Amino acid sequence: MKLVGQAKPDLLLSQEHHMCPGCGEPMALRGYLEAISELGLTQRTIAVHGIGCYTSFSMTTDLDLVQALHGRAPSVATGIKRMRPDAIVFTLQGDGDMVNEGLQEVLHTAARGENITCVLLNNGVFGETGGHMTATTVLGQRTKNSLDGRDANYHGYPILIGDLIARLQGAAYVARGSVHNAAGFARTKRMFKRAFETQVRGEGFSFVEVLTMCPTGWFIPTTEGPSYMNETLGEVHIMGELKVDGVIRTTDELHEENIRKAAEIEAALARGGVDA
Amino acid sequence: MSRSVGTVTIAVEACKGCDLCIPACPPAVLSMSIGVNRNGYHHPELHDGCTGCSACLMVCPDFVFTVYRAERSRG
Repeated sequence: MKLVGQAKPDLLLSQEHHMCPGCGEPMALRGYLEAISELGLTQRTIAVHGIGCYTSFSMTTDLDLVQALHGRAPSVATGIKRMRPDAIVFTLQGDGDMVNEGLQEVLHTAARGENITCVLLNNGVFGETGGHMTATTVLGQRTKNSLDGRDANYHGYPILIGDLIARLQGAAYVARGSVHNAAGFARTKRMFKRAFETQVRGEGFSFVEVLTMCPTGWFIPTTEGPSYMNETLGEVHIMGELKVDGVIRTTDELHEENIRKAAEIEAALARGGVDA
Repeated sequence: MSRSVGTVTIAVEACKGCDLCIPACPPAVLSMSIGVNRNGYHHPELHDGCTGCSACLMVCPDFVFTVYRAERSRG
């Protein structure tokens, strides 16, 4: 028997963590940690973490790591990258951290075309502080302070941060993945690899948004997390590679590609394996 | 009973019983246990027919699965 998949990624010191059952963040974490080690960038990489549930991984991530304040990670990463241009610098932020608390940091960093990678874990709630609404919460989504669903007349409309960043000239690669099933994970891991490769080539700002499940914040059983995510967040935050080599893709192109890729990867899984 | 060409080890004590691996398994060879682990969570159990495709590993938030696949014999 040949080992084909390890329980925990090499770059994590402990298997234990404090995330709730059914949380999507550890899967996203696995995606980029495996991408970094498979690309052979471990010794060059410096991570900058924002504030959120995922901050507890600052203690167990086996990379050089700086803990930034709420929303400020892209600015901290800019400083690191300018002082250490050979390093591979990436930030890990949630939607509350990036889009509510520090929207201007990420937008200016993208607009300046800083050669860093930003990773966004988007679940539409402030998970760490109790599950209230963020700027990316989609219309109709229930959270602690929008119990009847987000209402455009009262709460306003969500910010589609991936689409916003794709429009900025400094952004070289923008993608939105998900971890609601194995096919989604495999695609997201490829997106992480392409983002880090973009940075290695020095082409500019790269951005990977990952839609993650938060069954606790969404008031649903863990088993319904993936389908709920796909039907609510996934319908508004359209998945796919939004900008590749400086070319922005249309929603129709993304929809068509999503259906094709999902079928391809599911067929590969049914045959007994997929190369992520 | 179908033949297994792969297998997984399950770190039951790390499992938080979220059930995500059960629908994710393409050959449907995982089921939740009746018993519970030390933290009181039900955990997955493996039956015959595993293909070693790693789908369970990709959807597991608690890093429970280690996946092995039989090396294909030549000829």
